[in-house]
Amino acid sequence: MNAAGAAPGAYGPHARKEDARFIRGAGTFVDDVALTGMLHGAVLRSPLAHARITGLDISAAAAHPKVEAVITGQMLAEQGLAWMPTLSGDVQAVLATDKVRFQGQEVAFVVAQDRYSARDALELITVDYEPLPPLIDAKRALLDGAPLIRDDQPGRTTNHIFDWEAGDLQATDAAFAGADVVVARDLVYPRSHPAPLETCGVVADSDRITGKLTVWATSQAPHVHRTLYATFLGLPEHKIRVISPDIGGGFGSKVPLYPGYLCAIVASMRTARPVKWVEDRSENLMATAFARDYHMHGEIAATRDGRILGLRASVLADHGAFNATAQPSRFPAGFFSVFTGSYDVPAAHCQVRAVYTNKAPGGVAYACSFRVTEAVYLVERLVDALAIELGADPVRLRMRNLLRPEQFPYRSPTGWEYDSGDYPRTLAVALQTAGYDDLRREQAERRGRGELMGIGVSCFTDAVGAGPRAHMDILGLGMADGAELRVHPTGKAVLAVSCQTQGQGHETTFAQIVAAELGLSADDVEVVHGDTDRTPFGLGTYGSRSTPVSGAAAVVAARRVRERARIVAGAMLEVSPQDLAWTGGRWQVRGDPGRSVGIPAIAMAAHSALDLPDGIEGHLDDKAVYNPPNLTFPNGAYICVVDVDPGTGVVTVRRFIAVDDCGVRINPMIVAGQVHRGLADGLGIALMQEISFDADGNCLSGSFMDYLLPTAVECPSFELAETVTPCPHHPIGAKGIGESATVGSPAAVVNAVIDALRPLGVTHIDMPMTPANVWLAIEAARARDGRE
Amino acid sequence: MRITVIVNGASHTREVEPRLLLIHFLRDDLGLTGSHWGCDTSNCGACVVWLDETPVKSCTVLAAMADGHRVRTVEDLERGGVLDPVQQGFTECHGLQCGFCTPGMMMTARALLDRNPNPTAAQVREALSGQICRCTGYENIVRSVLWASARQAEADPARPGGPALDGRGPA
Ligand code: FES
Ligand code: FES
Repeated sequence: MNAAGAAPGAYGPHARKEDARFIRGAGTFVDDVALTGMLHGAVLRSPLAHARITGLDISAAAAHPKVEAVITGQMLAEQGLAWMPTLSGDVQAVLATDKVRFQGQEVAFVVAQDRYSARDALELITVDYEPLPPLIDAKRALLDGAPLIRDDQPGRTTNHIFDWEAGDLQATDAAFAGADVVVARDLVYPRSHPAPLETCGVVADSDRITGKLTVWATSQAPHVHRTLYATFLGLPEHKIRVISPDIGGGFGSKVPLYPGYLCAIVASMRTARPVKWVEDRSENLMATAFARDYHMHGEIAATRDGRILGLRASVLADHGAFNATAQPSRFPAGFFSVFTGSYDVPAAHCQVRAVYTNKAPGGVAYACSFRVTEAVYLVERLVDALAIELGADPVRLRMRNLLRPEQFPYRSPTGWEYDSGDYPRTLAVALQTAGYDDLRREQAERRGRGELMGIGVSCFTDAVGAGPRAHMDILGLGMADGAELRVHPTGKAVLAVSCQTQGQGHETTFAQIVAAELGLSADDVEVVHGDTDRTPFGLGTYGSRSTPVSGAAAVVAARRVRERARIVAGAMLEVSPQDLAWTGGRWQVRGDPGRSVGIPAIAMAAHSALDLPDGIEGHLDDKAVYNPPNLTFPNGAYICVVDVDPGTGVVTVRRFIAVDDCGVRINPMIVAGQVHRGLADGLGIALMQEISFDADGNCLSGSFMDYLLPTAVECPSFELAETVTPCPHHPIGAKGIGESATVGSPAAVVNAVIDALRPLGVTHIDMPMTPANVWLAIEAARARDGRE
Repeated sequence: MRITVIVNGASHTREVEPRLLLIHFLRDDLGLTGSHWGCDTSNCGACVVWLDETPVKSCTVLAAMADGHRVRTVEDLERGGVLDPVQQGFTECHGLQCGFCTPGMMMTARALLDRNPNPTAAQVREALSGQICRCTGYENIVRSVLWASARQAEADPARPGGPALDGRGPA
């Protein structure tokens, strides 16, 4: 651990402070907020994927005795509010005025005295639609003569959004031309949805007298939302307070602004009453940020003896009806270009083409680290495909090509600078934990009996902690985070941070961070977050950026407080501050262990009548804004063991081994919990989760009956281990962990299933590998065998 | 219609619409917001409470159906300032992250341990299989329930399933 001067014992497993309220049912989630006179909103949504609105009659709804207001797109247009900015520089309809562009799009907003009446009134609105041909397939959206989805944009003639590329095309083509072996795969990373257990919602309270707008929202980025509300609504920013109370999971889906939030705000302004809107589950699955929908063609080039020479990829990205992805603005395909993964690949090139379709907007969500999920899946599937082609063991092939510790900091062929890692050791720990050789022996025996057992490996490198403000901003807001730390006279501290917990345990981890720097107990540090009136500015919690960015800000603020404390301690001990050393969590006179003072005594002195030296005003507090010098690169090696039932196609995940290097671990208990979550994600995404559509654009996955999520029965007991290479540029060496397992694990599951089906000659099945999809692949392989 | 429901030991009489769901009666009418709502289709279990002694998904029960019955919610797990072993287990074993599924998980776990004080990990998984957690991968939820099982056996060795017995609780 390189936490210079960290008090012993501050890092380590520590029961979470936030649990006390949650185990008593005493959390405050958005839907728990109840204000006097509060009204309830409901959204009328489009039943069609693509249609022109030719008529809208709200009169019956408005006449409902319990309805207080009905808002339409036309009314918003009169205020200039019908279209809102997205996080990708596009616009999105708040309420449709001209056309609907996906099934579930917002058309009208009803505000009533209670939830049930608001729903009742939706039934009383009539909308006349003139159906237009829906575009569901991203490839067809690019064909000549395809219906134009975004005819709201003047001059637009196609559904193409952007082309983006990274890497050296010429060098990559040369590497491929000189290779012994080239293997290609077409891979679909299907549309998925993070489906946090709490759906999105808001309580908007516009105070007519003070002009203050208070918004309780399911927001992962309250400060960003405040700035967007200020610019979009034309309200002074100091009159807007965004509160993210307890959040029931986010996983990226609570980063964007949603039309429902704005409707509730407008409705509160119109009615001068607080307005609550909470979407139901089908609204959540059909209309809020989906994830992935990447259609990838990947190629890998290698020598006959298994040295990887090059990688290239071309991707068609389905962004839905509005480009509303949430990522650093100059990275329209996120960090996909980190797709060379954990390997020493001399040449690489990727290109991404994005299109509009008649589907819900989104794309960057679900713990994806801005598309690193897609990148890792691509490279890990290609390496396995190469292993099949070469007849090599997938582990030995990986070991041969993994980056070696002495190559760090490593400059990747697409321009990333990886910070640190010991990839071969991480994979070795995974192999040992799994008992890899024994597993291969068992597999051989079972194959002899006609059983389908598979072992899948995935090595990954994540890219998180966005990011350096010179390169990374969202709509011009640089991705640096503030932190403010106050130590009260009795030595109890309050840390205010801009990032917001949705279950990650910041109230505990961040207290431990400060405690370690100041020699306090974590129980004596209170963490304030999720309230723009009480916290410094920062970009929020997503992309595993809390500990890398806000955590670093907290460290820097704490170290500044410690330096101030040193001056006070010098006055108290009547020595020069230079003669003091920070030892065991106290300022101690060098060479005289008997003379020392801790932060509580110093804090009291700093607030007292003590004659303070020049350069210090009294009290004990400080703040910091942390602008990270680089991203951090957590990494790991995962092994999944599956059994496939040849009769039904059912895949059972028997074991899941995860070895993660997230740098220094502040609270290993919380780190492990984050990994568990991501492994369940990998299992779910690989085997069951998909947001799918029929040819008319009807969403076929609008409920938990159809959008299947893993339960306790599908998940095995996870086996974790770790390696630790501290991040050299982070003040305490931490790299972040929140998304690692979601990024790394789906490929391990897919590789395991394909490995199980190897004897049948199956080389690829797209996710989700449902029993039906697996069974069909088995049947097709058998039919092929029969013919041959 | 007028209903009377004994919730966490206290009797509440209210005028309600016949269609009112029990989850909304608890949350909106009684202000007991510990029980959550997470889906439209009875799949997630964020809303699990007890109707008399049986865990039910309160989004799938009409408030009217609870008329004359007892309901127990997460707010009643802690009694006399003492946490239920299940609550302690969830804290000890990091059985929760966002906390949204937690009340429902704990109510099911409490009911399981009342019927089977010494379940296996597989039995715990089976008991929770009608509920969804998006944060924990279930690993630590299972450990939490097993921890609670061990703790209550320790605290009350005479209890069925305690160490004095053969380790197999009633079916
Ligand atoms: S809200 Fe009751 S099961 Fe989901
Ligand atoms: S702790 Fe978040 S859903 Fe279970």
